[in-house]
Formats: sequence, structure tokens, C-alpha cells
Amino acid sequence: MSAPATSAARDGVATGPYLQVKDLRVQFSTEDGVVKAVDGVSFSVTRGRTLGIVGESGSGKSVTSMAILGLHNPKRTRMSGEIIVNGRNLVGMDDEEIRKLRGREMAMIFQDPLSALHPFYSIGRQIIEAYRIHHPGTSKSDGRKRAIEMLDRVGIPQATRRVDQYPHEFSGGMRQRAMIAMSLVNDPHLLIADEPTTALDVTVQAQILDLLEDLQREFNSAVIIITHDLGVVSAVADDVLVMYAGRVAEFGSREQVLRGPQHPYAWGLLSSVPSLHGDADADLVPIKGNPPSLINVPSGCAFHPRCRYAMLNGGPCDIEVPQLLPLLTRDEPGHTVACHLPERQRRAIYEQDIASVGVAL
Amino acid sequence: MTELVTTPSRASTSNPAVGEPLLKVEGLTKHFPVRSGSLGRTQFVRAVDGVDLSIGAGQTLGLVGESGCGKTTTGRMLVRLIEPTAGRITFEGRDITRLNRAQMRPLRRDIQIIFQDPYSSLNPRHTVGDIVAMPMDVGGIKPPGGVKKRVQELLELVGLNSEHYNRYPHEFSGGQRQRIGIARALALKPKIIVADEPVSALDVSIQAQVINLLRDLQREFNLAFVFIAHDLAVVRHFCERIAVMYLGKIVEIGTRAEIYDRPAHPYTRALLSAVPDVTKLGKSTTRIRLEGDVPSPINPPSGCRFRTRCWKAQDLCAQAEPPLTIKPNGSVAACHFPESAPLV
Repeated sequence: MSAPATSAARDGVATGPYLQVKDLRVQFSTEDGVVKAVDGVSFSVTRGRTLGIVGESGSGKSVTSMAILGLHNPKRTRMSGEIIVNGRNLVGMDDEEIRKLRGREMAMIFQDPLSALHPFYSIGRQIIEAYRIHHPGTSKSDGRKRAIEMLDRVGIPQATRRVDQYPHEFSGGMRQRAMIAMSLVNDPHLLIADEPTTALDVTVQAQILDLLEDLQREFNSAVIIITHDLGVVSAVADDVLVMYAGRVAEFGSREQVLRGPQHPYAWGLLSSVPSLHGDADADLVPIKGNPPSLINVPSGCAFHPRCRYAMLNGGPCDIEVPQLLPLLTRDEPGHTVACHLPERQRRAIYEQDIASVGVAL
Repeated sequence: MTELVTTPSRASTSNPAVGEPLLKVEGLTKHFPVRSGSLGRTQFVRAVDGVDLSIGAGQTLGLVGESGCGKTTTGRMLVRLIEPTAGRITFEGRDITRLNRAQMRPLRRDIQIIFQDPYSSLNPRHTVGDIVAMPMDVGGIKPPGGVKKRVQELLELVGLNSEHYNRYPHEFSGGQRQRIGIARALALKPKIIVADEPVSALDVSIQAQVINLLRDLQREFNLAFVFIAHDLAVVRHFCERIAVMYLGKIVEIGTRAEIYDRPAHPYTRALLSAVPDVTKLGKSTTRIRLEGDVPSPINPPSGCRFRTRCWKAQDLCAQAEPPLTIKPNGSVAACHFPESAPLV
């Protein structure tokens, strides 16, 4: 299993997606019942591209990313489907083998850097540890050099001095930069950022998003950004995956999903977000009700109890789970939607009800 | 449901003189002592450093800025949850800065607060009915028809089922809990509500529900609102006037159009330009990127506090603190070199 560690095998000549997720299902057994956190999700990410996964809390977006990194406790978790990273399926793979990939081929940036960094060790020590685990022969001083190089690269001033400081001596934005440095120290080809800027102020958020974009260009990595913020997605993602109750509601390019969304849930999200432009006195159009419990996911389309257009044609929204299907009309390759409404009707509703009055659109 | 707050007796007894703002603060200041260094020298975090604001009946004022700018401390001083170090707070023309707890109590009817976190702001051991009735118990107020009837009215007013009276907070979702907090704030028919990040803990679809609810209540009962938030889009949606804070001071204050369409202060511009917005997709926009972080409020920069991150800063900015004056765009801003062009 040492082969993938050589850079030839890692960089390879592999074309096509670096990460492929196929029909992923993740379930947790709890006292109250089985939580179907992810229920048949498929997508792929190519190197050099950024996928934005959007959804509200409980939509399964974070569980999906944890599954890719093999971070779920196998005793409590049932997983099926395939997670193929660089040609190898991680589902069912031995823990020890996933550990070799984690941090090296794929890395994660967490939402809250204060809890993701260990308060007791200096920033440098944590980065050096991450590096030396995957580069066993490295001396401490080389590791330190590498840590300083990375801190410098992510824009931390006076990296030679800051490397010996502790997380509490860093501001929120600096901590997030340090965590990015730590996750990039082994040049991973797949980077998953779970709400990387949610805890940050807007001016710092803008800095971090710029940094992520720069780094992606430099390292040609495949990036997944998980967020609830449609603005962040519109700023950085190439493709957008909208998740609801553990399933994919809609997938397409950023322009397809944000400019011409097809799923009523995507409409709801877009028209419930206040914007800096447009009519400030217009009421927002919220989605009625609350996100469902993942123990008792509604039958049929999980969104149907909250959907303004459910049962418009007398069914089958409440009994049949809609499949994620490509659009038929117009020239929109790659745009897929899971909704029972016929496409022509959906477009008509969108033109009449949504595009004209939506606050964000 | 409309007769809830239209009790004419109270409105007429304490009506302020015409033109008198409902709530006014002058030179509001809060310095928190912190011990630092090996000598245990006491230093001060200048959380709020001389803030002037006024708000009229039924008006909505937004208070925006990044974390640590003092917006929450300001909000808490307005409701006297934090004692100001200096400055003056007047409510309906009356100085309330130094009133003690007992003297404040009757005024608590008029000035209420909604908190950010719907999980920690409700007592988990109290039923929803008790929570919403609490302000009436404390204030010794007996509404016509009884407390229970009034609580049920309030629950329905904020979109909850009145049968939820006997349930506990943990049985509710985040959005529903925030509605309980709103019902509690409305219980005494206040004239002004300070809402501190009321929707930032909520999912987007729920956030829109709560914003619409607050807007409906504001219009229906002619409530004055001080709306504190870091989300500029939410504030734009809710407030007629907006004050932008930076390091304990107001750097710009103006109408919605002045602040969002043609702001004068470079910080306001940078803040707006940093917001990723879906509507910007595919449009080329001028992006302003601020360098570095907000300086420490223990040792704020001399002169203009924003100068260390400002791309327009000159020597003058370090020497003299710019006063808040009316700028060509119509807003009041503290800047030596204000902008006047519309924001692209």
C-alpha cells in the first residue's frame, strides 16, 4: 500500500474526476431510530474545479464530507455506496489505509478553527506533526522549515515568529489561515472546506475566499466547499449541489443553479435570502415549515410538505421519491433536478412566479 | 390581534414632545477593565467610545459592524443591561442613565430586548407559558382577561400554536424558540425593541420567516427597533437608517439609500464590497479587499481608527480624529477623505 504514496502514482496521468461519490448512503442507529443522514447521493469533482454543496442544517452536507474522509465511527455508522478517490473505493476500506490517505491525498478545513486546533500545542508543532506523519523520514528542522513556508504561503505575517505561537495568540482570520496551512502541508489533491468562513467577519471572509481560490489555482486541487451561504457559493464554486434531507435536489453549474434554478427548494432558498440589491421593502418569500427530521423523512419527495407546488398535478409527490434526472429541453448539459413537476411546467412557474418577484433574482 | 398594543391610555399619557426622539444617547462609552502584563497593570478595552444615536417612535435603526466593534455592548447599554462608563441615555426626554433597578422597572415595559441565541436565552426549566408571562409577573401587570389569555394571544401573534402553552423550550426548533423570545419581548407592549442578531443563528429559510414576522410586528404596532446584526443584507431589508461601527465608534450613519448606494466612509464601502452576493454573479464588480485584522480595542490607532487598514489614509488621518460631519452623499460620516461616487 506504499505505492500511492509515491508522487508518480499520486499525480499520475489520471484524467476524469478525482473524487467520485456513487449512491452514498450513511445511516446512524440511535435510540430514537435510524437516522438516514445521507440517502443515495452521487456526484464527482475534477481537479481544478470547486464544487459547492448547499443546504440547511440537517441536509446531510457535513455528513457527506465526513464520510469522504472516513471520519465516521464504524461501530455506529452504516455506510453503503462508493467513494472513489483517485481510483480507489474508500467505502469498506481498512481504517489504517484511510488514515494514510487522510491528510495526504485529501484534507479538510473545519468551520471553527478554535476547536479544530489543539490549544496546548504551538501552531508550528501541529503543522509539523501533520507533515511528518506522511513524510516519516523528515527531520524536525525540515518540518519546521516546511511549516514556516506554509504559514508564509497562506499570508501569515512574520511566519518565523508566529510558528511558535499558540492558537489563542492568533485572531480568528489568522487561525483559519493556519488551519488552511495545516491542511495543505502535504499538497492534498482533494480539499474539503466545511463552512470555512461562517465564523468569520465579512472582510476576513473575503480574504479567506480569495486565498482558497489562489491556492486551488496553484495546487490544481479538487475542492468541495460546504456552506449554507448562497453568496459564498456564487463567489467561489464552479458547480453547485443542492441537498435536502440527505438527497440531492439539484445539481448544475453555478450559473445553471443560481441563475436558472429548477427545484422548488432552490427557488425557496434563493427568494428567502435578503440581498444588497433590489427592492428592500419587498417581503422575503420564506419556505414554510421546518426542515424534516431525518428519522422520519417525509414519504415521496422529502420536500413535498414544504413545497408550494407539490401535488399540483395530483401526485405523485407524496408517494414516489423523484429521481435526479437531466433536463430535456434547452441546452443545459449537466443540469440535473429531482422533481416530479414536468419540466415545461417548472419553467413556466419559474418565469411567472419566481424570476419576476424573487428578492435575490 | 390588532387590539393587542393599541391601548390608547398609555400612548397618550407618556407621549414625548413633538420632535423629541424616543431614545437618544450622547457620548455613550464603555471601557472594560482588563488586567494584563506581569505588573498587573489595569488596561481598558474601549468597547464603545463615544457613541451618539437617536431613534424616533416607530423608526428602525440598524447597527452594523464586525465582531468587536461594540455593537452588542451598545445595544446592551441601551436597555441598561450593561452600565455605561460615561454618556447619557434619554428615553422620552427623561435621563435614564443613572436610574437604579427599581426605578428602571417601570421603563422595562417600554424597552425590550431580543437575544441572538434562542437556546441560551430561554430557561429550559420553564414552560413556554411561564417564559412569556414572566415580564408581566415581574412588572406586576394584570392584562384584561388574565395572563394566560394574553400569553396565548402573544403566541398566536408570533405564529405559534396557543396550545403550546405548557410545553418546554427543548420541544421547539431554533426558529420557534426565537418566536418565543419575540413573544416575551412583546408581552408588555414595548415602544422600542433592541434586537441583537435576532436571526443569525437560524437557517436561511427560517431566517426569512422571522424577518418577515419582525417586519409585520414593527409596522402593525409602530415599534421602534434597534436592529443589531453583522449581516448587511438583513439590515438593509429591515432598517430605514443604518449606523456603521468600527472599533467602538460610529464611522457613518445615514439612510438606507445613503449607506448602501453611495456610502461616504471607506470602511462602509469595504464592508459592502466584501459581501458575496448572489446577484453579483456574472457581473464585474470592483472589489475592495481590506488587509489584516481589526486592531486591538485596548490600544486603538491614533487619529482615525480605521486608518491602519484604509487605502486612502494620509498623514492627517494619524494626527487628527475625523469628526462626524455631513458628507456630499447626505450621510454623516467620520472621514477626512470621504467618497461620493455611487457604489458599483
